[in-house]
Amino acid sequence: MSLLELDRVTGGYGEADILHGVSLAVASDEIVAIVGPNGAGKSTAMKAVFGLVDVRDGHVWFEGEALEGRRTVDIVKRGICFVPQTENVFPTLTVEENLEMGAFLRPGDLDEPKRKVFELFPPLAERRKQPAGTLSGGQRQMVAMGRALMLDPKLLLLDEPTAGLSPKFIGQIFDIVRAVRDFGVAILMVEQNAKQALAVADRGYVLATGQNRYQGPGKELLADREVAEMFLGG
Amino acid sequence: MEIVQLLFYGLVLGSIFALGAIGVSLTFGILGFANFSHGDLMATGAYVAFLVYVQLALPFWLALPVAIVATAALAVAIDRGIYRRFRRGPPVLLLISSFGMALIVRSLIQLIWGPEVMAYDPGIQLAERFMGLRYQNHQLGIIAGAIALVIVVHLFLSRTKAGKAMRAMADNPTLAQLSGIDTERVVMWTWITGGALAGAAGVFLAIDTQLRPEMGWFQLLPIFAAAILGGIGKPYGAIVGGYIIGMVTELSNLVLPAEYTTVVPFAILVVMLIFRPTGLFAGRSF
Repeated sequence: MSLLELDRVTGGYGEADILHGVSLAVASDEIVAIVGPNGAGKSTAMKAVFGLVDVRDGHVWFEGEALEGRRTVDIVKRGICFVPQTENVFPTLTVEENLEMGAFLRPGDLDEPKRKVFELFPPLAERRKQPAGTLSGGQRQMVAMGRALMLDPKLLLLDEPTAGLSPKFIGQIFDIVRAVRDFGVAILMVEQNAKQALAVADRGYVLATGQNRYQGPGKELLADREVAEMFLGG
Repeated sequence: MEIVQLLFYGLVLGSIFALGAIGVSLTFGILGFANFSHGDLMATGAYVAFLVYVQLALPFWLALPVAIVATAALAVAIDRGIYRRFRRGPPVLLLISSFGMALIVRSLIQLIWGPEVMAYDPGIQLAERFMGLRYQNHQLGIIAGAIALVIVVHLFLSRTKAGKAMRAMADNPTLAQLSGIDTERVVMWTWITGGALAGAAGVFLAIDTQLRPEMGWFQLLPIFAAAILGGIGKPYGAIVGGYIIGMVTELSNLVLPAEYTTVVPFAILVVMLIFRPTGLFAGRSF
């Protein structure tokens, strides 16, 4: 059974709908990428999971329960964490405090989850007392993901994790994505760097104008000539 | 020597501005609006202490905490009763309603205690001298009290979950919500902190000068100047900003006629808004 399922979701942020019946699914321990041209509704589809979009029609199922209309806090409590594309750290808080804020809902001792995050992202361990705003783009992305992992989520939503990073860091981020999955966290990510994202992903969805266009295992989509010509820049 | 004397007065004035500016800066960072009623919260603290110390003739060490608690309670009550309703609307609604609250609080103070100028201890107090420096014991008390409160605020903001969540929300309210932070509770803590410090600042101001209903309103300008100087939304910057504004205001006595010194914070505010609108410490993270 799927961990997460979008079932013909239609909706948007206000009057005009952006999504027109988008369906997708993520299984436990799976990396799923949403790719497609600008304005395809990629980020909107992901935000619909997190209750940030008005879902007018269709359903968002998580572990068999409907998520639409729920408050953000409830969704976080169920085990979904979201890493926004930009402004995804608290710049004046230290690395360690950023992680603690990710675990706001978690009572008790935070040493164990912190240790796990530092194990996953060694560069952060050395900089735990440093304000997150002083870190490089790649390290900041690690803080953002680390913050989201503090609650031991079942599903991590990543909105363009490699946007604005240099090619060197892009490879690093995708390595991290794999490492996070190996921790037992399913990942749904939206990506502009479609080729690399599909290479990492178990499965991918190509969206265009708010609708499903193609879907399948990442490698198959990469090999598909039609997809490549239309969406991956040849 | 005169410079040292003025710097000392600046330290006293700066203590009052710093305590006021922390609250203004936090409410701006967390709720996104300039709270025009903050000065009148200060006046509330001053008058509550007057009630306890002068009218009920209880000791001063009791009057200060009562004033602090009462002002914090008023700040939370105003938020629950008024501001909370406008949270989802445009911030300008909050701005205008805080302006209205300023008028209401000031009028209530005038209604209860009257428009006359009053003092905690009427009569002239003689200055003490130490190595040529003139000071009064209450001025030392203000500086010590402000430093103690700043330390408490620092411990609260850096050591407690609620304090860290406040800083997180001032940094990035959207991300705070996405992280599962209980934003309504953080808002309440913000009013408790800002209100408590405003209450203390009001008492200190009344000790240093006098009580009158518009005493807090007149502090708005230097307090906003301090908050903006330190980078609005940054509580630590607001403390530094408060002391800078206090010192510069007093030092301006060297070159300006006394009646013009109140213009100094305004001039600093204008210059800051033109050249460094994000504060003196823009880019620095504290």
